[in-house]
Amino acid sequence: MKRLTSVIATGLALGLSFGAQAGTLEDVQKRGSVSCGVSTGLAGFSQKDENGTWSGLDVDVCRAVAAAVLGDAAKVQYKPLTAKERFTALQSGEIDILSRNTTWTHTRDTSLGLNFAGVNYYDGQGFMVSKDLGVKSALELDGAAVCIQAGTTTELNLADYFRANGITYKAITFDTSDQTRAGFESGRCDVLTSDQSQLYALRIGLKDPSSAMVLPEVISKEPLGPVVSQGDDAWFNVVRWSLMAMVEAEFLGVDSASADKAKAEGNPSQKRLMGSEGDSGAKMGIPADWGYNIVKQVGNYAESFERNVGAGSPLKIARGLNAQWNKGGIMYSSPVR
Amino acid sequence: MSEKPQVKSSPSFFNNPRNRSLIYQLLLLVGLAYFFYGIVSNTLANMEARGIKSGYDFLFTTAGFDILMSLIPYDATHTYGRTFVVGLLNTILVSTIGIILSTIVGFIMGVAHFSHNLLIRKLAVAYIETFRNIPLLLQIFFWYFAVLAALPSARQSMSIGEAIFLNVRGLYFPGLIAESGAGIVYGAIAAAIAGIFFLRRWAKKRQNDTGQQFPVFTASLGILFGLPLIALLVSGIPFVWDFPELKGFNFRGGVTVIPELMALALALTVYTGAFIAEAVRAGIQAVPHGQTEAARSIGLKESKIMKLIVVPQAMRVIVPLLNSEYQSLVKNSTLATAIGYPDLFTVFVGTTLNQTGQAIEIVFMTMAVYFVINMSISFVMNRFNASVELAERN
Repeated sequence: MKRLTSVIATGLALGLSFGAQAGTLEDVQKRGSVSCGVSTGLAGFSQKDENGTWSGLDVDVCRAVAAAVLGDAAKVQYKPLTAKERFTALQSGEIDILSRNTTWTHTRDTSLGLNFAGVNYYDGQGFMVSKDLGVKSALELDGAAVCIQAGTTTELNLADYFRANGITYKAITFDTSDQTRAGFESGRCDVLTSDQSQLYALRIGLKDPSSAMVLPEVISKEPLGPVVSQGDDAWFNVVRWSLMAMVEAEFLGVDSASADKAKAEGNPSQKRLMGSEGDSGAKMGIPADWGYNIVKQVGNYAESFERNVGAGSPLKIARGLNAQWNKGGIMYSSPVR
Repeated sequence: MSEKPQVKSSPSFFNNPRNRSLIYQLLLLVGLAYFFYGIVSNTLANMEARGIKSGYDFLFTTAGFDILMSLIPYDATHTYGRTFVVGLLNTILVSTIGIILSTIVGFIMGVAHFSHNLLIRKLAVAYIETFRNIPLLLQIFFWYFAVLAALPSARQSMSIGEAIFLNVRGLYFPGLIAESGAGIVYGAIAAAIAGIFFLRRWAKKRQNDTGQQFPVFTASLGILFGLPLIALLVSGIPFVWDFPELKGFNFRGGVTVIPELMALALALTVYTGAFIAEAVRAGIQAVPHGQTEAARSIGLKESKIMKLIVVPQAMRVIVPLLNSEYQSLVKNSTLATAIGYPDLFTVFVGTTLNQTGQAIEIVFMTMAVYFVINMSISFVMNRFNASVELAERN
């Protein structure tokens, strides 16, 4: 009889383990770190240096969330993911945020159980060719072999664009961006297509960067941003507003150097963002000085941009669309009040 | 003398071993059923709660992406369901090539192990030990990124007679385009194959009856090439060559073998071939030496001894091993994803899964496919095994 009861007990235990989950915010607070899905290595967006430290524009979103929730931007666990793995990792709860050059599309937003928390980089798809091909426009690429990364919106845009223009091509798909670049370098394909920001990053990685050029055509809209699981609004709010705070800080003229001053003696908007006025943190269930921690430890959006992909980086990408709305771009944050 | 206590003729219900085992098995069954029910219902509930779509409707929507190589007509306007078929056919293609070539390589290398020539024997050992001990993924990378990627660009292709071209984009050779009247030639080929089949049966029967041998091999070759040749001449050669030509960036026309297929087929062949060679060696060594000596003593030629005495007995050991090597080869073909060969795993679990997000459905379908392919291989090989098994007298 004893064994009988133990069998039943095991059955019950199994049954109990199919329980519900707590909210991500509580999980993160309990665990003391944010689990963040990033790329396997893409210059400027998420890359690891020789000391194993991650940096990049996408990495800064993870750091901002850690700073807001835990008060320490370093409390992030990075999970490098290929384009193919990323959504499954988020759906299964393996990561809390996916911040990995992910394009916000209708299908992804509505049918994958995901929510896009905002846009941290406005991109568009372009083409990189070898200079000795003598091609000046994407419309001259009839019959070309195109290297491409599997599981991206790029694959679909490419098919649309070439079909619309009546151009034939061969798509050669690789798993990671490194393999895609290796394919391009070995001459397996004439053209490498990806988001323009990635093209600049991949071009720097070539043995001879001056041998390749990026064509002028931009064939798609690629709003890239952090993604969270659907149905966890508290966590969604934290991620969305961590990103907003960086953009808002730039708009308000607060950076990492002036954060202390803005917190103590800034104007009312600055003080609200820094948490010395109002209760913006309490409304989200995180510390009051969440905005201050983000700006102090990670910096505002301009600092992050210039450091990772802009003038302060090898990529030298101009702000363009990613400038503030009052400076010719479309980066715009809702006010913290 | 003390009497032993009488065993109770009717033990209590729970102490009856039969009842007990029945109860435990029933409980285990119920527990298992509940476990799987829990997994399925939990998954469905969570997917519902998170707003993840489920079901197989996606198979009928437009895919919108292109695939490098397809054995059936396919473009971006076709459905996700068709990407499944395209991937499946590519998997079957590379597996079939791999199985045929690795069997040939394996048998040659396995037999070479017993060669009287020292060089050949050592070469076989070196081949087996090298390729059996290096991870397959590394070998695939070696063929793809080291060997094939070092080939010249399209404009500087290596060529044989301006008809066959080899470059970093692949191997191009002329294709045949059939015109009216080609049916006669196809018919002749079929007739030749059937003819050879009957010739062999007739020759065997004649040898059994009269002891006289007939040169079956040379006669078969004659039929195989002679009959279609006559048909070709009679029908006025109803084929035209389609030569590959350099137009713009790439070669057009003819038949193209993409380097991804070459690299994967090569790697699978060389890797699995080494294991098959070991299986063949084991099989041959399992035949007692006395068998060879007995064959010699009745005056059989060395070549006949191998063919008639050693190999048939060795097959009993080799076939079950071959079965598992073939199954490994099919499963290993999923490594295609590393170099972008569009097999089922790359196309369906890779791109299609990512574009639709239907992870559970797609992974389930793919697992089922590999299961079915390998069960079919197993079925065929078991049949084959039964035919070579020792027929014992009852």
